[in-house]
Amino acid sequence: MTQRGDSLLLGTRKGLLWYERRNGRYELARVAHEGNPIAYAAVDPRDGACWACIDHGHWGQKLSRSRDRGETWEELPAPKYPDGAEVVDGFPGMGERKRIPAVLRYLWVFQPGGADQPGRVYLGTEPGGLFVSDDSGASWTLCEGLWNHPSRMEFWSGGGRDLAGIHSIVVDPRNSKRVLIAVSSAGVFETVDDGRTWQSRTKGLRNDYAPEPHGEFGHDPHFVTLCPAEPDRLWMQNHFGIFTSADGARSWIDVSQKDGPARFGFPIAVDEHDPRSAWVVPGESDQKRLAHKRVLCVARTQDAGASWQTLTRGLPSGASFDIVLRHALDLAGDTLCFASTTGNAFVSADRGESWSCLSNHLPPVYSVRFA
Amino acid sequence: MATVHFTPHLKRYFPELRSCEIESASVAELVKALDLRHAGLASYLVDDRGRLRQHVVIYVDKVAVFDRATLSDALRSNSVVHVFQALSGG
Repeated sequence: MTQRGDSLLLGTRKGLLWYERRNGRYELARVAHEGNPIAYAAVDPRDGACWACIDHGHWGQKLSRSRDRGETWEELPAPKYPDGAEVVDGFPGMGERKRIPAVLRYLWVFQPGGADQPGRVYLGTEPGGLFVSDDSGASWTLCEGLWNHPSRMEFWSGGGRDLAGIHSIVVDPRNSKRVLIAVSSAGVFETVDDGRTWQSRTKGLRNDYAPEPHGEFGHDPHFVTLCPAEPDRLWMQNHFGIFTSADGARSWIDVSQKDGPARFGFPIAVDEHDPRSAWVVPGESDQKRLAHKRVLCVARTQDAGASWQTLTRGLPSGASFDIVLRHALDLAGDTLCFASTTGNAFVSADRGESWSCLSNHLPPVYSVRFA
Repeated sequence: MATVHFTPHLKRYFPELRSCEIESASVAELVKALDLRHAGLASYLVDDRGRLRQHVVIYVDKVAVFDRATLSDALRSNSVVHVFQALSGG
């Protein structure tokens, strides 16, 4: 009998590293797509299939799936932007922005649909398209409701990628037709009608580099997730702090530490049962993308962000230049794992109190997901 | 019939790929014909809009394809085509 957390998938620049937990330790079981960059890899808990988003430097974006825990793989058709689809280059306020054809540049995140939607899967992509499949990836449809949102051509721009991209997709476990997505850079959008219409959900966010820091659009959420046991509690690591919402994203509050490390970073994880507990891996700042004060640490709150604990036991004490990307922190029960672009990975079996090294010799890591 | 040769890197994804002869009037037609023989191969060579991918090069009779947007370059009956990609990075 396996349980979530028995497998650990690392999407790296050199392939998909598949670890299995044996006697409480994770051991490298296999490497899939060796040598190819894996932008994101995760297992669909509904059927156990593993999906990998492959970023071939030369051959384009590819989608691959395994139904035997990574032993064999089948290539699926990657989504295509429809003829005539356009995006704008540059940034709002730069004068007339150039319209260019929309082509798939990056498969940034994969997300299974709800438990009552067999076959429904989502892909978040650059340049800003949300693709939906209802036949387990045999065919893809661009979500026109979001693509035609009036904000897209005027306010969406690059951030994290050259053009706007969707990196976070959250499906409400109570209602599969309610989906939230996060766009860098634009903000957070919610649909409650299965993607037909979308509303901006950025109230309370702050965007310090913009002329209007509290404007409706132009925000750069680095990652958004929710607590499965209390789906109205969402968490966001943002370019300008850590934000949480207790009302289903209708409003956000800044819970960053003013003087501590829990402030700038990319990933955020929330406890599956306790909506008040969350973890981040702090970076120094947007100008200095390395470990906070060159000390690798994890910050944890257990009171919805009112206070944060800095956790370092088992992490290196020497100078560290690690930065952890937005998909490279995950949690399963009391077990956490994060991995950095410097090729270091650490695991905690006690909610972050102590850490052990998984490896110091990995390629740059783009995603960490338990299965 | 044009004769087509492929970079060995493509054989990792299309193990059955071999040098072959194909009747095509243009490079665009050639890519479509190749995709019929090897499903999905076109998506490795061209993007959503049918443009040659940035780091892919197709040579026709030792000359790189000029029209990378629509691949309208003509093929002669005895053209020799090479499909390459530019490897880089570490």
